[in-house]
Amino acid sequence: MSSRAVRDILSAVQADSRDTEGLPASLVRLCAQTLPVSGVGLALMTDDGPAGTVAATDDGALQLEELQFTLGQGPCVDASRTGRPVLAPDLAGTSTRSWPQFAAGADTAGLRAVFAFPLQVGAIRLGVLDLYRDTAGELSQRELADALSFADAATQLLLDLQAQDSAQGAPPAHAVAVLDDRAEVHQATGVVSVRTGASLAQALALLRARAYAEDRPIGDLARDVLDGVVGFGEADDHD
Amino acid sequence: MVREQRLAEVFVELADTLVEEFDVVDLLQTLTERCVELVDTDAAGLMLDDQRGNLRLIAHTHESARLLELFELQQREGPCLDCFATGQVIANIDLTDAADRWPVFTRAARDVGFDTSHAVPLRLRRQVIGALNLFSTGRRPLSEEHLAVAQGLADIATIGLLHQRAVRDQVLLSEQLQTALHSRILIEQAKGVLSAQAGTSVEDAFTLMRTHARRSGQPLTTVAAAVVAGHVDAGAFQQAAGPFDGPHSTGNPAAR
Repeated sequence: MSSRAVRDILSAVQADSRDTEGLPASLVRLCAQTLPVSGVGLALMTDDGPAGTVAATDDGALQLEELQFTLGQGPCVDASRTGRPVLAPDLAGTSTRSWPQFAAGADTAGLRAVFAFPLQVGAIRLGVLDLYRDTAGELSQRELADALSFADAATQLLLDLQAQDSAQGAPPAHAVAVLDDRAEVHQATGVVSVRTGASLAQALALLRARAYAEDRPIGDLARDVLDGVVGFGEADDHD
Repeated sequence: MVREQRLAEVFVELADTLVEEFDVVDLLQTLTERCVELVDTDAAGLMLDDQRGNLRLIAHTHESARLLELFELQQREGPCLDCFATGQVIANIDLTDAADRWPVFTRAARDVGFDTSHAVPLRLRRQVIGALNLFSTGRRPLSEEHLAVAQGLADIATIGLLHQRAVRDQVLLSEQLQTALHSRILIEQAKGVLSAQAGTSVEDAFTLMRTHARRSGQPLTTVAAAVVAGHVDAGAFQQAAGPFDGPHSTGNPAAR
């Protein structure tokens, strides 16, 4: 996750957009420009399924996102549930047992391929990035790498948006730091979640907020949490 | 010399695992542990292609911040990266003399106390999907036999990841790799949650989860998911732990 490609994407997205709400729209637009796809959609996900469309490049993509939301089925639903990408390079030839109605809708819309990437940090389920194409065909290795980098950048954005919403002293979105993917960060997320009684998502937001406030890498903070040097008592996490 | 009996037992253990439903991350973890047991090394880590152009650590022996760092920094420089790029084994690296080739890696490895390192590719036909990295204290070049065993274990890791069909299937490969990476993060989160609940180290929490997974016949990832969802608590794990459980156990006392 902490690769240069993700940083570059986030910089480009920020440069292209003036406010927090515009960042997801900017990201899907950049994604559609970079990859050989006809449309891109970004959906929110919860453990119960789709929770609304955050951004879409055009009406077609928006329609498909809404369809998945309404039906509660589709490649994005499967991707979120299984935690792995759902790559359907040839919709006509794909077994679409788990989303036949969506497949029919996509076909009507003239789409021949869908690539859905879950946006998650382990058990923290945030959303899905859907790439649509009006021609069948696989993503090349390079294109897949780019798509995964866009998914990582989108995950970052959704984490920040969530943190903004809970107003826990979150870093401003324009100062977004690429998430450190060390094991310690994930372990510390679990520890903080137990200590504060918060969800994993909230725990991660707490860690990120404190790392930002103290101007130190989140990996170092995580190490201190695991070593018992730093606490996140209940008293700390409410304003 | 590799103890023949133990080698045979490990061979059976791994073969039996591969023909059943198994958890990929758990298998990779087991492979790193068997590697330090069978091959003359002290620590092992397994890194996988994340398909974004990076190598990511997926399994390792010893929960230690400095060891983790040693693997993490190899995303930028080190024998794992070179091995991954070329698909060639890099064996018997003398860390007292490797600073020219890998300055940052060599210093970090020496700081941890290692003198020798090896990197073995995870490859299937022409594709390289990762690397197995080994470290030892002292100058300990590996015999041909040990190198062969290390490569064999790396090959089993590859098979475990791609056990179903041809690797040319991009969809399958991507699913397998991304699933492993996702599972690993979930497991790390669960380690944190369980360690805080049980008041143990993350390493012990990991052992508790693996033991519980084996005893209850569930994939490790499923157990981890249950832990983070709050569906299992520390008490259930600690009651279950018994005298036969531990990193070398297959859960079957008769196999020891």
